[in-house]
Amino acid sequence: MSIEVRNVTRAFGNFVAVDNVSFEVASGELMALLSPSGAGKTTLLRIIAGLETADSGQILFHGEDATDTHVGERRVGFVFQHYALFRHMTVFDNIAFGLRVRPRHLRPSREQIRDKVMKLLKLVQLDWLADRYPHQLSGGQRQRIALARALAVEPKVLLLDEPFGALDAKVRKELRAWLRRLHDEIHITSLFVTHDQEEALEVADRVVVMNAGKIEQIGTPQDVVERPATSFVAEFLNLDDHGPAWLVEAKIKHRGYVLAVDKELRHTA
Amino acid sequence: MSWGQFWDAVTAPRVVASYKLTFGASLLAAAINSVFGLIVAWVLVRYSFPGKRLVDALVDLPFALPTAVAGIALTALYAPNGWIGHYLQDWWGLKVAYTPLGVLVALIFIGLPFIVRTVQPVLEDVEAELEEAAATLGATRWQIFAHVIFPAVLPALLTGFTLAFARAVGEYGSVVFIAGNMPMISEITPLIIITKLEQYDYTGATAVAVVMLVTSFALLLLINYLQWLSRKHNPEK
Repeated sequence: MSIEVRNVTRAFGNFVAVDNVSFEVASGELMALLSPSGAGKTTLLRIIAGLETADSGQILFHGEDATDTHVGERRVGFVFQHYALFRHMTVFDNIAFGLRVRPRHLRPSREQIRDKVMKLLKLVQLDWLADRYPHQLSGGQRQRIALARALAVEPKVLLLDEPFGALDAKVRKELRAWLRRLHDEIHITSLFVTHDQEEALEVADRVVVMNAGKIEQIGTPQDVVERPATSFVAEFLNLDDHGPAWLVEAKIKHRGYVLAVDKELRHTA
Repeated sequence: MSWGQFWDAVTAPRVVASYKLTFGASLLAAAINSVFGLIVAWVLVRYSFPGKRLVDALVDLPFALPTAVAGIALTALYAPNGWIGHYLQDWWGLKVAYTPLGVLVALIFIGLPFIVRTVQPVLEDVEAELEEAAATLGATRWQIFAHVIFPAVLPALLTGFTLAFARAVGEYGSVVFIAGNMPMISEITPLIIITKLEQYDYTGATAVAVVMLVTSFALLLLINYLQWLSRKHNPEK
């Protein structure tokens, strides 16, 4: 199930958070949306999920227009930075939530729900925690439970908003390696948002680099590292030392005519 | 005072009728306030509208108003010739002032802020993310309220209920004006105690007071137990 973002724009007052952005996440791909904080990537993710509406543009799932589809019917799994687990429910009940709120004729039986939840708990390797409450878990465990909860409803796509942002460095490293392995196992089309270059380059199949609401470059981790498209990408990825050089602002004068160079010129060595 | 005399004093028909009214109306008022208080708190937390700050301030009015003033004002409003009372009388033949219904109205009025002010901060703490998470999992608005928001505010709601109930049981000033104080019909227990005191029946007044004390204590204990139950699974973040 592919995700296509077509000319999406979203402004808050004068601040344009997402500025005419288009890109596609191929079916089964794990893609990272990488940009500094406050560059509109979370807004874009929320628009894809249906938690926020775009001022203009379209969202397509598998070629079908989902722009006006209600969040509950989009079948997206959403993982929040701060887990958003239901505090008064056990781990088991949290994961079962999405199945239990289905209309009666679509709701699986008790046994089916039980099997499904236990299977998911095994998938995230936390099956011994079923009866615990969220506050009894570590941050990394909570995020894995949040992921299992999102997967329980068999979403068509998985969206993760800074999924490791609230965790300490060591857990973050472990968890992103784990996410990569998990994705290799279940191959669900996934898009995750991060401001951590290392995380994006290590985990994702392809990376979208955004700045100030606009896309700077789309490519594989190797692409963006070896051939950064703009000076921003090079700077943001800390490639200054060994990357190419840019001419950013320049004027060319000839017999009284002044030509401003507004595009970046890359020095290709 | 012997046990026999004590028993006679606290089980006189007129006194028993007053227990029923006081505890019944207090429980009912706290229950009604739980519903409306939750709605008011919800609106104040989740919506912005012109005059919101004014409404927010008005919620505290029953706290600030001397109870006698509240009583007289409510009586004036709900009396058969009052602003609200004469419509109720004309349209539905409903009498509020000088009936047990009047007692209920007064107790609802003084109890509302307890619910609103205990629920409001907790509701503010329920992150919008929880609702969004539930929505992405396919829950309807009602399911989100019933399974996500309500369990989170339940302990606070029970606390508010307890406070409103406790206040209503002991309420005197605002009730005696609107109740009409007819023996067996609209006479509350605190009034019986005052009446006995005015008749220099100190032991009788104390006996009735003891019953009130014990009953209130037992009810509060019960509510606190419920609260403990609901809090057990609703721990810190």
